[in-house]
Amino acid sequence: MAAITSPAAAGRDYSLTGRDAKLAVENGLAAAEWYHTEIPRKQMKELMQRSDQPAIRDTIIWLGALILSGAGGAWFWGTWWCVPFFFVYGTLYGSSTDSRWHECGHGTAFRTQWMNDAVYQIACFMIMRNPVTWRWSHTRHHTDTIIVGRDPEIAVMRPPDLLRVVLNFFGIPDVWHATTDMVRNAAGVVSAAEKTFIPEQEQPKAIRVARIWLAIYIATMALALYMHSWLPLMLVGLPRLYGAWHHVMTGLLQHGGLADNVIDHRLNSRTVLMNPVSRFIYWNMNYHVEHHMFPMVPYHALPKLHELIKHDLPAPTPSILAGYREMIPAFLRQLRNEDYFLKRELPPTAKPYREELHNHNPMAAAAE
Amino acid sequence: MSDWVEACAAGDIDEEDVMRFDHGGRTFAIYRSPDDEYFATDGLCSHEKVHLAEGLVMDDIIECPKHNGRFNYKTGDARGAPVCVNLKTYPVKVDAGKVLIQVG
Repeated sequence: MAAITSPAAAGRDYSLTGRDAKLAVENGLAAAEWYHTEIPRKQMKELMQRSDQPAIRDTIIWLGALILSGAGGAWFWGTWWCVPFFFVYGTLYGSSTDSRWHECGHGTAFRTQWMNDAVYQIACFMIMRNPVTWRWSHTRHHTDTIIVGRDPEIAVMRPPDLLRVVLNFFGIPDVWHATTDMVRNAAGVVSAAEKTFIPEQEQPKAIRVARIWLAIYIATMALALYMHSWLPLMLVGLPRLYGAWHHVMTGLLQHGGLADNVIDHRLNSRTVLMNPVSRFIYWNMNYHVEHHMFPMVPYHALPKLHELIKHDLPAPTPSILAGYREMIPAFLRQLRNEDYFLKRELPPTAKPYREELHNHNPMAAAAE
Repeated sequence: MSDWVEACAAGDIDEEDVMRFDHGGRTFAIYRSPDDEYFATDGLCSHEKVHLAEGLVMDDIIECPKHNGRFNYKTGDARGAPVCVNLKTYPVKVDAGKVLIQVG
């Protein structure tokens, strides 16, 4: 493979049709062969096995809590008692849908495909991600994880836009872009960037979904106007803003402050140990190195996978707080030097990084 | 057309599993179904050329290990995004405990 060259000399170009997109292809970073830990086939098969039971249980809890908290919020609407109910409702609506969308999009949450599809569609609506567009963008994210110019899902680009990061805890930039994308798609327009990863035959489906969603939001707003009340919007739409905090808090940790333009998920992804409530909301995506290395392993088997391969991975970050304690200073340093990143240390039992693929990258010099 | 080549012993593949077979510069995937029948397809996913033999067999479906694209390995049919192009299938027979594939 060709040596990896850095796009950093003139600043990174994250456009999917720009200079770094072409560079990534020339440098062999596009659709490259990624490192993965060796696992015997028998064990891998066991880990990949699908089951409906865990996801049915979790979905009953999720939808039940969503209905109860939403009903509580509506019941106490107009009093301060509605606040804790909407806090729970918003988090379940605006955050746990991030992982439901994701896992069901992979088709790994349930064994039964229609169950994956049903939860996928519901979660996509709530998180405001077009189910067609995002299925394909996420496919690219797994092919070219944090490859500049190729990955459409890089949450924090360099140098980091910290205002945008903070505002996203309230869903503001995401919802703005999701709304403009929805209106544009509903008008029948697929952008040039979307065309780079959505096959032509799939594009009409993205347009159809955008039109259905737009109709739902218009109907909700009309109901709110008719009722002279914000309540309909507190239940549909606004939770994507006031409930986004948890998915942003956990999502930033996935790759934030780590390497880009490498083809080893141990360098660009972060596994974080978390409390059980966050793991329920996040459906175990805190095991993020493991997920990227083996995306066909269902969320409920990721703790077992982690135990099996942890000898070959950097030590997991011990908590969400610890993750932010290393990530925020890295973001601040990237404001001055966008080539800076945190290099994950491997245990002695791990296979070393394939430095021959990375040591021509001037960015490596900026690692800590 | 009768380019039957020996791919493996019948017992080399577990039931409801898949095995990689390389021959003549090409790569194939050999499947053993839950009903103890054998099938063969192209070895690489039609989406991004990942080896299907590292994927998961469920009933008559092979799921690609990279993006979870699904094919019916008996017919080669792509079963939805992100796979859009069918796999080519190849005749398979078991003779004297050996799995033979017609690669022509």
